[in-house]
Amino acid sequence: MKGKDVLLAVLIALPVMCFAAADGSWLKKVPTADRGRMNPYAGKTDAVAAGANLFSENCAKCHGENAEGKGKRPPLKSDRIKNATDGELAWLLKNGNSFKGMPIWGGLPEQERWQIIAYIRSLNAPATAVQP
Amino acid sequence: MLHARLRIRFGDLLVPFLLAICLVPAWRAASAQQEPPYFVTYSSVLEEPGNLEIEDQNIVAAPRNANRFFAPTLELEYGVTAWWTAEAYLQGQATQHDSTVFTGFRFESRFRPLPREYWINPVVYVEYENVNGADKSFLEVTGNSTITTLQVSNAALRKELERSIEGKLILSSNVKGWNISENMIAEKAVNESEPWEFGYALAVARPLALKGQGRSCVFCRQNISAGAELFGGLGTRYSFGLKQTAQYAGPTVALNAPHGLTFKFSPEFGLNDNGAGVLWRFGVSYEIQQVRDWFRRSK
Repeated sequence: MKGKDVLLAVLIALPVMCFAAADGSWLKKVPTADRGRMNPYAGKTDAVAAGANLFSENCAKCHGENAEGKGKRPPLKSDRIKNATDGELAWLLKNGNSFKGMPIWGGLPEQERWQIIAYIRSLNAPATAVQP
Repeated sequence: MLHARLRIRFGDLLVPFLLAICLVPAWRAASAQQEPPYFVTYSSVLEEPGNLEIEDQNIVAAPRNANRFFAPTLELEYGVTAWWTAEAYLQGQATQHDSTVFTGFRFESRFRPLPREYWINPVVYVEYENVNGADKSFLEVTGNSTITTLQVSNAALRKELERSIEGKLILSSNVKGWNISENMIAEKAVNESEPWEFGYALAVARPLALKGQGRSCVFCRQNISAGAELFGGLGTRYSFGLKQTAQYAGPTVALNAPHGLTFKFSPEFGLNDNGAGVLWRFGVSYEIQQVRDWFRRSK
């Protein structure tokens, strides 16, 4: 293989590490119509349990098993999450914040995204808030 | 002497595959990876940043008037950022009554230029490939490739080295749990004067259930995705169209087992006389999470 072929191949696949801190600026991008959306599974114990499984499989690798955050990846037990509406969290999960490290999760079914939000809510609220 | 005494039977390969699936219940917890169960078609789903996916993708086929073959492809897929995934492929094949050969490698990158989820999501795909004529991986079909190339011996085919660049426009939509993806492919050899070749791939898939479950399970409906793929060549710059091209279609199914393990299976049927009959495809992939944390001091 010629030298220029090697160079071309390396340039195409060169894995460059780049990662930026999440700073909450995504909140400004959420359309008004999305902010007011309500979680259809809010406070339901089975949705929280399903959300916990989904979180463990899809989110914990970056945000930590207990949502405590990892390195520059933010904790999900925080005032920012507590103060965000369900609609804002749903918008973030669906659209991500890809230039700041958060992947787009639009390929995950909407019902599962709401279940994850129900679980994240349970981490940020008193346990008595859930209902069967 | 290159004549290997290969006795490839589909059943021999299917048994270990099914055994591996049966061992899956040893794991607990649910899984909901969002990647659709496609072999050829790309969707807009990229690898999560920092994750490394290792996939063994295989084909078994018994083409008409040609020796049956087994063609494995090893894929290493890494999420560089949330909008950029890089991938490397190593390929080989074993042909009955012929030989086992390494057929080449590919490097590719996929970029998702738009920062949000839209009703249709574009992804730009760029690939460099260095493969010889014995390649039977069917990772895509372009140009006027027909079954006749499968009837030539590996010794002759491996002398034909092709270096090419390939671009794909990937369009993908997620609607009520369904994923619908379309790929337009253009390929150009850089080491010989061949015209641009074109191809396409279309696919649709959906998980069997859209809600997660509170209890831990492996064979839950939400862990299984099913769909269908259609792909084929579209000729060259000078002979654009379906004439003298190979076309394939078939159902596809995947089990997204817990902890990043995925099993995929698809029989793909040749739709015309240029196709290789049935391509039996199966793949196993494992996702290693946050590989880059291994190289960081503060985790």
